[in-house]
Amino acid sequence: MEVATLRSQPVVGQQFDNIEQQREAAKLGMWIFLATEVLFFGGLFLGYTIYRFTYGQVFVETSRKLDVVLGGTNTAVLLISSLLMALAVRAAKLDQRRILTWLLIGTALLGCVFVSIKGVEYHKDYVDHLIPGRHFEWHGADPHNAELFFWIYFAMTGLHAIHVTVGIGIMLVLALLAWLGKFSHGNHNTVEIAGLYWHFVDIVWVFLFPLLYLVGHR
Amino acid sequence: MEPVARPKVYVWTCIALLALLALTWAVAYVDLGPFNLIVALAVAIAKAIVIALFFMHIKGSSRLLHLAAVAGVIWLLFLISLTLGDYSTRGWVPLNH
Repeated sequence: MEVATLRSQPVVGQQFDNIEQQREAAKLGMWIFLATEVLFFGGLFLGYTIYRFTYGQVFVETSRKLDVVLGGTNTAVLLISSLLMALAVRAAKLDQRRILTWLLIGTALLGCVFVSIKGVEYHKDYVDHLIPGRHFEWHGADPHNAELFFWIYFAMTGLHAIHVTVGIGIMLVLALLAWLGKFSHGNHNTVEIAGLYWHFVDIVWVFLFPLLYLVGHR
Repeated sequence: MEPVARPKVYVWTCIALLALLALTWAVAYVDLGPFNLIVALAVAIAKAIVIALFFMHIKGSSRLLHLAAVAGVIWLLFLISLTLGDYSTRGWVPLNH
C-alpha cells in the first residue's frame, strides 16, 4: 500500500519546495533558453532584413525560384505537428500513457515529413545550380546578390532544419520513455518543455515561409 | 493533476493557424506594393502569438513566464532597430578625412 502511494506521487527534486515550484522552474528555464534561440536566429533575420532593404529587387526575383507549394505544404505539416505536440502534453498531464506515446511518435513522423520535403527542395536547388559556390549559375541581372539571397536562404532554412532534426530525436526518445511510464503520475515536466521547444521551432518557420518564399508578389 | 484544456481548444487553434497560412499564401498573389510585406509580417506575428498563447500556454501561465517570453522579443527588437538605425543613417553627416 505504501509503495503504491509513493509511486502515484510526482518526484520532486531536493532543491525544490514542492511540485509547483519544480514545474515553474522547468518552464522558466526553457523560456530563457528560447529567448537565447530568438537571438540566435535573430542574427540571421537581421542580416536578411538589411540585404532585403539593400537589394530588394534581386530578392524578389530569386525568391520566385523557390517552390512555394512545397514551402507552404511544409508550413501546414509543422502546424499540424504542433497540434499533435499540444495534445501530447495534454495526454501527459492526464496520465494517458499509450495516447502520449503515439502522439509523440506522430509528432516525430510529421517532423520527418518536413525534413524530407526540405530535402526534395534542396535537391531541386542543386539540380538548378542554385546552391552558392562554384556551381552557382544565375542568368538574370546581378548574379552576385542573387547568390547572396541563396546563402541567406540555406543558412536560415538549414539552421531551422537542424532544429527540426534535433526535435525529431527528442520526440523519439520521449516516446520510448513515455512507453516505459517515465512521465506517469505527474512527472510530465520533460514532455511539456520539449513541447515548448517544438512550438518555438514551428514559430521560426512561420516567419521563414513568408520572408523567403513570398517576397513581393508572385 | 494539472488542469488541462479540452482537445477542441487545440484543434480550433490549429484550424485558425491553417486559415492564417491560407490568407498569407493568397495575399502573396495580389500586388499590394509595399503592403505585401506588411501583411505577410502581420499574419506571421498573429500566428506566432496564437501559437504562444494556446499551444505554449502563455495564456494562463505566471507573470514570470510572460516576462521571460517577452524578453527575447524585446532584445530582438533592440538588435534590429539599432542596427537598422545605423545602416539607414550612414552618410547623413559628411566626414572630412
